[in-house]
Amino acid sequence: MLEIRNLHATVDDKPILRGINLTVKAGEVHAIMGPNGSGKSTLAHVLAGRDRYIVTDGEVRYDALNLLDMPPEERARAGIFLAFQYPVEIPGVSNVYLLKAALNAIRKHRGEPALDAMDFLALVKDKLKLMGMDPSLLYRSVNEGFSGGEKKRNEILQMAVLEPRLAILDETDSGLDIDALKIVANGIETMRSPERAIVLVTHYQRLLNYIVPDQVHVMAQGRIVMSGGRELALELESRGYAWIETQAATQAEAAP
Amino acid sequence: MSATAPEHYLAEFTRVEAILPGRRLPWLTRARKEALAHFAQAGFPTLRQEDWKYTNVAALERNRFAVSPQHPDDALNAAVSVQIEMLALPDTHLLVFVNGRHQPQWSHLGALPSGVTLTSLAAALEREPERLEDLICRRAHNYPSGFAALNAAFMADGAYIRLAAGAALENPIHLLFLATEPGLVTHPRNVVIAEEGSRVAIVEHHAGTNGLTYSTNTLTDIIAARDAQVEHHKLQQESLKAFHIAGVNVDQQHGSRFASSSFALGGELARVDINVGLNAERTECTLNGLYMTGGRQHVDHHTRIDHTKPHGKSREFYKGILTGASRAVFNGKVVVHPDAQQTDANQSNRNLLLSENAEVDTKPQLEIYADDVKCSHGATVGQLDADQIYYLRSRGVDDISARALLTFAFAKDVVERLSLAPLRSRLEKLLLGQLPEQVKELL
Repeated sequence: MLEIRNLHATVDDKPILRGINLTVKAGEVHAIMGPNGSGKSTLAHVLAGRDRYIVTDGEVRYDALNLLDMPPEERARAGIFLAFQYPVEIPGVSNVYLLKAALNAIRKHRGEPALDAMDFLALVKDKLKLMGMDPSLLYRSVNEGFSGGEKKRNEILQMAVLEPRLAILDETDSGLDIDALKIVANGIETMRSPERAIVLVTHYQRLLNYIVPDQVHVMAQGRIVMSGGRELALELESRGYAWIETQAATQAEAAP
Repeated sequence: MSATAPEHYLAEFTRVEAILPGRRLPWLTRARKEALAHFAQAGFPTLRQEDWKYTNVAALERNRFAVSPQHPDDALNAAVSVQIEMLALPDTHLLVFVNGRHQPQWSHLGALPSGVTLTSLAAALEREPERLEDLICRRAHNYPSGFAALNAAFMADGAYIRLAAGAALENPIHLLFLATEPGLVTHPRNVVIAEEGSRVAIVEHHAGTNGLTYSTNTLTDIIAARDAQVEHHKLQQESLKAFHIAGVNVDQQHGSRFASSSFALGGELARVDINVGLNAERTECTLNGLYMTGGRQHVDHHTRIDHTKPHGKSREFYKGILTGASRAVFNGKVVVHPDAQQTDANQSNRNLLLSENAEVDTKPQLEIYADDVKCSHGATVGQLDADQIYYLRSRGVDDISARALLTFAFAKDVVERLSLAPLRSRLEKLLLGQLPEQVKELL
């Protein structure tokens, strides 16, 4: 479903991604781990289409589509969803407006009619329940005045309503207490399906106690320096990231 | 040689003098002539005057507007009644003026409780001139600009609203001023007298047939006596080729509360002056505003709040959205006089510049002569937030729709502060109506 080849990207002329290679198939859950500044979040935003990030080399295939040629909204309509590490507050635009506009934009792209108000509300209320969120939240401005945990839940709520084919979750577990983490993890776990791929970007392995990934990748200095199964995450937890950095530096010297 | 502007208006005065209302009142005739003499000397304001340095009225001055309608019967037209029906707000006491003249046949005053007088200024000058003399004469010799003097000379009609002590009006009063005649300047004068403990809300609504060039030069005087509660909301939807000059003067007495808003959407050139005098203790006022300009529109708001006595509170919140090559001016002055201890004043002006050629000049001014006060002010000029646009786009909303939604949200913030339901929902509809079709489909 997703094929990343030799991806290089810069932010403000600073190289952040330096040759990422990654293949994700439908039905798989991948975890991308790594120390701060390794480029995990940049990779997530490059996939979502943020224009501050300039791709300087490489390509990204999403099914038959050349992802890097598409503006962010077309990627979203084609089924890509990024749960933000820092969800943006939008005063004056209510959650229900955003959900409706997003869902209808995606449905329109698929050639489906807009959902009528009743069906839409029924769908959203169902997902609210899944996330343990109060329906009154729908009428509040997007993320405005939300606690950190509420913002993260709201991201998963949007994902549950929009039902993407490729979900990228950028540090969705950070800043959550244990109860919120369980709810968020449960929300993600229910999204797991043979047609859908999920990429979890995370600093810690604790989310992986609830969602067991098929593959774990470790990023350092803009590259994936190691890949493995679940056990790699556990090893990172006990050994820390320092040895990975050393290894990355060695690899960088060896690279042409 | 064509006549200069002052010569033109002097000649117009001679032409219409005999048909202006209140011509049997010597004090009024005197006041009109003094005002005209003042205008003849002062003329229209120029960029050299501090209060007009960003607003050039030369284009207005070049016109030789007639001061009375050439076709007064046009106001009886069925087409006019259709326009009025579309503009009238539901659940209000409606007073309609077409081309500056009161139109009883289109007005719906509804049931008024005892103690409430709602009529035209022309009628009030016939029935209770003694209540108007002091108010009208006190302004003489003290015109802030040539426009105020012209209004004093030519005022032909307007609304007269008086609430006796304790009287309260549940539904708002809707004053609808409709312009349908090109080449005309109207000089409405509205008078609001809210006596002790009374309560009233007024919508002053100016609209005109789009594409017409005409001018409105209006003045509203409000007196809020002890413990009175007055709301005055201005909705300006003039033709995009029209000129609109407006003044609102408010005198607040002990414990009174005043809420104002100014929604400026139309006009090629619009200037609004709002002056509020907190002239006794424990008074409160709120001034909100929203200007939305495009094309080559120019919209100027000058507000002034004078805190003259202790324990006054004022809140001011103005927002502007500018596109095209339009220009806006916001000048908000708050003066805290030496006596006005324990004043609590806050002022804010935020602007959204949506094009490279739009320009805003914002100048919040705070002058404080008392020492025990709480005052703050601020102004911002900016663009839409790139993170917010990206977030919406990452959810499938296209760039144009994302920008439109964020702009809508920016404007809605002011509209939501309105407590008057009929006006609030009208403005929400107007704002929604401006959204591109592709956004409407999504919502």
